[in-house]
Amino acid sequence: MRTRAQVNRHRWAILGVAVFVVLLALVLKSAYYQLILTQVLLWAVLSLAWNLLSGYSGYFSFGHAAFWGLGAYTVALGMIDLNLTPWVAIPFCAIVGAVAAAVIGFPTFRLRGHYFALAMLAYPLATLYVFQWLGYQELTLPMKRESAAAYMQFSDPRIYVLLALGLLVATLLISLTVENSRFGMALTAIKQNEPAAEAAGINTWRWKMLALMLSGAVAATAGGLYAVVQFVVTPESVFGMLVSAQALILALFGGVGSLWGPLIGAAVLVPLAEGLNAELGDKLPGIQGVVYGIAIILIILLAPEGVYWRVLDRLSRRKPASPVAPREAPAPVPIAPRPRAATASDILVLRGVGISFGGLRALDGVDLAVPKGGLYGIIGPNGAGKTTLFNVINGFLSPDSGTIEFAGAPLMGLRPNQVCRRGIGRTFQVVRAFPRMTVLENVIVGAYVGAANDAAAERMALAALDRVRLSDRGNAIAGGLTTRELRLMELARALVPHPRLMLLDETLAGLGHDDLDGILGVIRQLRDDGITVLIIEHTMQAMVQLVDHFSVLDHGRLIAAGKPEAVVRDRSVIEAYLGKKWVEQVRVAAK
Amino acid sequence: MPFSSVDFLQALSAGILVGSTYALMCVGLGIIFGSMRVINFAQGDFLMVGMYAAFYLTTGFGILTFLGPNAGPIVAALLAGPIVFALGWVLHRFVVARVTGADVAQIEGAGAYGQIIVTLGLSLILQNGGLIVFGSTPTGIRTPLSRSSWEIGDILLNQGRCVSFVVAVASAAAVYLFLGHTRLGKGLRAAADNSQAAIYMGIDVDRAHRIAWSLGVGITAVAGGLVATAQSFQPYVGFDFVIVMYAGVVLGGLGSILGAFWGGLVIGIVQQMSTLVLPYQLQNTAIFVVFLLIIFLRPQGMFGRASERT
Repeated sequence: MRTRAQVNRHRWAILGVAVFVVLLALVLKSAYYQLILTQVLLWAVLSLAWNLLSGYSGYFSFGHAAFWGLGAYTVALGMIDLNLTPWVAIPFCAIVGAVAAAVIGFPTFRLRGHYFALAMLAYPLATLYVFQWLGYQELTLPMKRESAAAYMQFSDPRIYVLLALGLLVATLLISLTVENSRFGMALTAIKQNEPAAEAAGINTWRWKMLALMLSGAVAATAGGLYAVVQFVVTPESVFGMLVSAQALILALFGGVGSLWGPLIGAAVLVPLAEGLNAELGDKLPGIQGVVYGIAIILIILLAPEGVYWRVLDRLSRRKPASPVAPREAPAPVPIAPRPRAATASDILVLRGVGISFGGLRALDGVDLAVPKGGLYGIIGPNGAGKTTLFNVINGFLSPDSGTIEFAGAPLMGLRPNQVCRRGIGRTFQVVRAFPRMTVLENVIVGAYVGAANDAAAERMALAALDRVRLSDRGNAIAGGLTTRELRLMELARALVPHPRLMLLDETLAGLGHDDLDGILGVIRQLRDDGITVLIIEHTMQAMVQLVDHFSVLDHGRLIAAGKPEAVVRDRSVIEAYLGKKWVEQVRVAAK
Repeated sequence: MPFSSVDFLQALSAGILVGSTYALMCVGLGIIFGSMRVINFAQGDFLMVGMYAAFYLTTGFGILTFLGPNAGPIVAALLAGPIVFALGWVLHRFVVARVTGADVAQIEGAGAYGQIIVTLGLSLILQNGGLIVFGSTPTGIRTPLSRSSWEIGDILLNQGRCVSFVVAVASAAAVYLFLGHTRLGKGLRAAADNSQAAIYMGIDVDRAHRIAWSLGVGITAVAGGLVATAQSFQPYVGFDFVIVMYAGVVLGGLGSILGAFWGGLVIGIVQQMSTLVLPYQLQNTAIFVVFLLIIFLRPQGMFGRASERT
């Protein structure tokens, strides 16, 4: 997130671009150059639309031609069949695009990674064949000589430049707003680590959907204006692979996930391609595509992050960034210590929970009652089903059988972000950080659940960092932290929405002796603040010192439960289920 | 029913014959995706290069005319494999390897963008380079076989397609045996399964990827050579097959070679059977619909495994 001053600087830059384009339009004499200028602007809008979804959230779309094409056909068919002026039809395209995006997104967001990208590829191409079949091979917009302006038909091509420029400025402003809001932050979190975002209480599905709908609306609007400018619409020219490819190539060239990348890409590549086509197109018919291909391969080999990021890195290296003074952490917000219930009422109750993967019974009729307040430990060897248990509790997996109740209400069928909202925080065995965000931003993501506004979110995040004693590292990039700091940061992120129950997944694993003591102190502090802690580990040593209640999980079944001393002494249980080695460990731990 | 049982059997047999060449190209793509996890947009364009290679070996330069009009095109299709293999080797060595491979896979985000854009770039270069070199006029490899048919009952079986079927199935079987039973093939599979672990086992993963990539495009080129005897083509033809290939590979389960083969076969059958109920122009739309259905209902495909670990 940027400061207000930085956002304002970008606003001025947008204004600067607008003025420059207007001047350019006045200077350029030939209608042909004006047309190229219009195309640069329109393709930049499409690429920005692509960037809104794919650049920020990391969900690559190979199918933005679907929206572009629907926009173009909305305008063309509206004019031909309904005598509808583009002045009305183009704004209407935004609705068409958003609705199409919702229809596409609803099923497609069940997929991730390669599968999402491939599925998106299919939509425009399937639509292309349908439009061919419907007989819309080539639509020409009817000429309206009497009321040309009313139908957006101008003899002066500069007016098209201005229309496209208006659309571009609007899109840039939308992107800037998204970038610097909770919306953009949520998308960035999704891009860097979706499960962590979901577990931190972000409704990932909703944000992805909003991004796609916004993106579809913008792309369809640009497609509508493209139809007016081009005058002729064919299925290949608006639904074709080249449209989808262009959207992402321009952004990749300029810099993915940046405000200016798509515009830079369009400004360089579109005139280059057009110019080559005009100069050499008759002798070498495909020269435009060849040079295009070579250009993007070169850029990826030489500056894979895109022109914008490369230049930015160069500049910031030459002029070392002024060290950001660590922001003062406010006095920690005291958490009202929840009175420990006199009767050991149970906050989390699992009854007969089971789940299978293929033939493997990962959890087999687990009954577990975690009393409110206190530290509850579960140990078990690798593969015992510990992480699966947590995934079932916090909603990543839904169990095949059994029930789960939290504070008296069933948890079954809730998505992870809803579970988080109910008051269950969790950490991961392999720390799921957002590696390119600062520590503070990582924690702020967790704060969105409970915070009324962004300022409150930051306040809560600072307080949480203070609780885990990590305030001094708030401005460090998460990618460069030590294991101990990462664990603490994740703890803070889970802590910030004030959970009533914390699930800690092997938080102690891989820590040295000195680090261990610090983290144990933090965990004990959580219990003393009234948070129930459920922790899983596969090493017994630290656990015996730490927890109040203790269970042993093996092969998906709970095989012992009780006070740690009691369980530990139950040699037969441990020997039978965990092997002799464990008995040794217990003896060492008991000393 | 709007069609007779003869129509049905006719479409089914045509689907199996066409599907066998699809199956072979899917195997090619499946090897690449399975071992490198790269979405190769240029796969269809390597197919196109294979078609032209076979074309020039027979009709164009007439090198293989001594083999006669029946055997010539088959040999040409098989020779298209090594030619495109060599092309793939060079492109991997100088371009693709720079953005793929074991160390790049670790880089989060940036690596994936690089691969996509590089294969897109290759696709643009091959397509449009093909336009410059080969021209835009559609062409084809004429064989007497593709104009004659065997009659079995009421069903006509195109002889050219039957021969292609045999060659395609034999080639796919050869590849399958190679991957399963040779030292090199096992190394490729190990590198595909877990490139990190394979490095520790002393397998040169970059070399394994280069072989997988070249082999993948080469096999697809053989399929292209076979298809070239049955239909006309131009430099942009590759695109029609990209979707066929991805649909087949996804249907079979990303990463499974055997799955890719069956997936491709099923896609061929779906495409031909769809003509029974849908207008001819919509047969590719039928493939898309099947493709989407697979992705939603069973994304791990027929032979794939679903695995995710938190």
